Amino acid sequence: MELTLWTYEGPPHVGAMRIASSMKDIHYVLHAPQGDTYADLLFTMIERRGQRPPVTYTTFQARDLGGDTAELVKKNIKEAVERFKPKALLVGESCTAELIQDQPGALAKGMGFNMPIVNLELPAYSKKENWGASETFYQLIRTLLREKVSSSEKISPLRWKELGRRPKVNILGPSLLGFRCRDDVIEIQRILSEQGIDTNVVAPLGASPDDIERLIDAEINICLYPEIAEASCEWLKRNFGMEYTSTIPIGIKNTIEFINEVHNKLDLTLTNKEELEHKSKLPWYSKSVDSNYLTGKRVFIFGDGTHAIAAAKIAKEELGFEVVGLGTYSREMARQVRATAKDLNVEALITNNYLEVEDAMKKAAPELVLGTQMERHSAKRLGIPCSVISTPMHVQDVPARYSPQMGWEGANVIFDDWVHPLMMGLEEHLIDMFKHDFEFVDGHQSHLGHTATNTKDILNSDEKKEKNSKEGIIWTESGRAELIKVPFFVRGKVKTNTEKYAILRGIPEISDETLYDAKAYFS
Amino acid sequence: MSKVEFNKEAGPREVFCGLTSIVWLHRRMPDAFFLVVGSRTCAHLIQSAAGVMIFAEPRFGTAILEEKDLAGLADAHEELDRVVNDLIARRPEIKTLFLVGSCPSEVIKLDLATVAEKLNNRFLGQVRFVNYSGSGIETTFTQGEDGALKALIPLMESSNEEKLLLVGTLANNVEDRFKKIFGNLGISNVESFPPRQSTELPKIGKNTKVLLTQPYLSETVRDLKHRGCEIISAPFPLGIEGSTEWFLAAAKAFKISELKVHEIISPLINRAKLALESHKEILKGKRLFLLPESQLEISLARFLHNECEMDLIEVGTPYLNKELMKEEINLLPDNTKIVEGQHVEKQLDRVRESNPDLVVCGMGLANPLEAEGISTKWSIEMVFSPIHGIDQAADLAGLFSKPLRRNQILTTKTLVTH
Repeated sequence: MELTLWTYEGPPHVGAMRIASSMKDIHYVLHAPQGDTYADLLFTMIERRGQRPPVTYTTFQARDLGGDTAELVKKNIKEAVERFKPKALLVGESCTAELIQDQPGALAKGMGFNMPIVNLELPAYSKKENWGASETFYQLIRTLLREKVSSSEKISPLRWKELGRRPKVNILGPSLLGFRCRDDVIEIQRILSEQGIDTNVVAPLGASPDDIERLIDAEINICLYPEIAEASCEWLKRNFGMEYTSTIPIGIKNTIEFINEVHNKLDLTLTNKEELEHKSKLPWYSKSVDSNYLTGKRVFIFGDGTHAIAAAKIAKEELGFEVVGLGTYSREMARQVRATAKDLNVEALITNNYLEVEDAMKKAAPELVLGTQMERHSAKRLGIPCSVISTPMHVQDVPARYSPQMGWEGANVIFDDWVHPLMMGLEEHLIDMFKHDFEFVDGHQSHLGHTATNTKDILNSDEKKEKNSKEGIIWTESGRAELIKVPFFVRGKVKTNTEKYAILRGIPEISDETLYDAKAYFS
Repeated sequence: MSKVEFNKEAGPREVFCGLTSIVWLHRRMPDAFFLVVGSRTCAHLIQSAAGVMIFAEPRFGTAILEEKDLAGLADAHEELDRVVNDLIARRPEIKTLFLVGSCPSEVIKLDLATVAEKLNNRFLGQVRFVNYSGSGIETTFTQGEDGALKALIPLMESSNEEKLLLVGTLANNVEDRFKKIFGNLGISNVESFPPRQSTELPKIGKNTKVLLTQPYLSETVRDLKHRGCEIISAPFPLGIEGSTEWFLAAAKAFKISELKVHEIISPLINRAKLALESHKEILKGKRLFLLPESQLEISLARFLHNECEMDLIEVGTPYLNKELMKEEINLLPDNTKIVEGQHVEKQLDRVRESNPDLVVCGMGLANPLEAEGISTKWSIEMVFSPIHGIDQAADLAGLFSKPLRRNQILTTKTLVTH
């Protein structure tokens, strides 16, 4: 049993939902109680999706447990298939259903449908979200391509030459609730296209079961997010001989290395090597004298494995920072993160406990934190600037603008996103230095928001200010008591409005009732 | 009783479970900690509903069951013991610890009552342990509060002192207003349950007159009756009408004349009507569809029809206690269609067919409906906003008029979502 106040990853069936929701013509029947439907809001609120996730929850109740929950599963599967007419069906269970062992996947297979059915067994008491997503994607690919395994010859990465066309690749791994996947895919496709390489299928994001069956039309796979796609890439390699890439194109050096790796695998000549260095503004921005102050800035990094490792490399080699802490919540990536940490002479932190991360952050005394939304909050409490580099997702991580992390534009985005908080940090020092000057008396507000001590100061000064008005209107005790209860950020407005109302009506003393009269009057 | 149409529906649901109520219960009682004994799903649900990251350390958490806990219950009890010990060592300021059962803990029959009893003996005088179930196989959303309050009743001492007991979580400022108004009416001994401190539980007995502030407390009401409390039958204090009837019912129980009540509250009513006008202008004649979630739906429908002149297409509720809702149902217009339970797909079909102007629904459904051109209001906002009482009637109406007003402002009608 593990005490958890907050968790970086959801349960594995949420990972399965990420795959199902990313794709077209798929439906997922999830044997689960009603509360599990909360997961829909991850997609409709955080990702702002205009469609519901393609998920039917059986929503069994306590009173069903004595009866036949298996019948309930079958009824839901039947209704879902009739209503949504999917081309492939995922069937699985969440934590509670796992305990009652109805085996919904087996039930579905016995119902006589002729569409492919994937029976998902995702152990809820030992695995987490990313594992669930990876396993679901893998099982789906396996199910849809199984029949083609024996008949197919091994796919040579050089096949494109024989076929007399441009080389084709699949981009595997991008999914909903993945960090900036939407834009990374556009950036990577653009880069590949410039190099004369066509994209065959992007999956799971935007793919249908038909697209999955077409995966073997490509020569190699781009494993863009190993957390989601590595197991699938490995299976495609084993069964179809498809090679896959291992470099993650985040940062200039990795993007160039990625392009090299793709060319080597496809035996394609790289003709624009010199150009590549100038595709992003990051190298020059980093070199320009203005960036001198970035040298040796102490940076603490925590996130999913892929983004944390990439961030460490960029921080050290491309921005000249000093990495003083590196960690991940992805146990599956622990080995790689440890290796990177060792190269940087720091000890890797592998944990799912954000309080441990906060402690480590405090001890490392960094000047910049690169982390998840949770580290942003921890850093805010410690008064340290922070930029978010990794899931878990937050509405802020789905910006309206084009904002990839990968490729050339990704490097530009990273430069701005990491350096601006530091500049703000500098501003913070200035505010601190000059805060006693008269220009600052009104409380020039910190971009870090109100740290604990600030809030207290503001509240205190507010309370002091809630004296009688200039116009000689008296605030009675009840009026003042009521005013204090108004949240501080609107208190000023409420005060002004009430006084305005009192003057208008010729009321000499403001009581709590006057406050409500004014509230009603102005509403 | 007015001639409303009762329907029941079963099928896949789209609602929160009772664990969600921890979000407002922990705020109400700042000296309490809520420990869910459950799975990673439970932890993820609460953090998704509560915006946990803003807290340095929230006063709720989950003891996540792992494979080895499922193997033997004895070990699970021991493990829970260890987790609780660690927690109390870390948070010595906690006075009451709620052990909250979940779907998995109910299914494996983890005996939280016995665990709580043992812990109570060990931490006697330091921390009190209370247990209830917020599981989704038994409770929907607000029913979690019903369970939590019911669990506290055995800890309430007996007293025959005459008092008015307001039952159901209220925003602190609303509670203060109510107490002041009751004071003006001549009812000065007014207490609240849940209290602001978990250790300051009101004493109850045969002279306790219970006035409900929330409609979802069936179990709590039953146990309060068993303790001899008198339950005052009234509509709920939402909107001017409901609040007026609510004050009148309380006054009657304390033998205070109607005249006196009207004298005290009519200035409040007059200004509230004034404040309501601008919202009514927008809401009048608009067609409303309420999906089930909080059990506040019937009271909201009554307010939005009777005071804001909206037309009711369908009023969904996850659960209907006809006895408790009697006074509310009486105030509904004839032929109101009430649907208890849910088949979310069929209900959404009806939403689309009826082409409503506004749908009250959960967060999972709001954006998809907006993308279809249907304005929505999230039901979860009703449990987080101060909406009770005459003074808040316009604010309550504002929650519904805002999406419609926004719709008028934004002129892009064909939306491409992604």
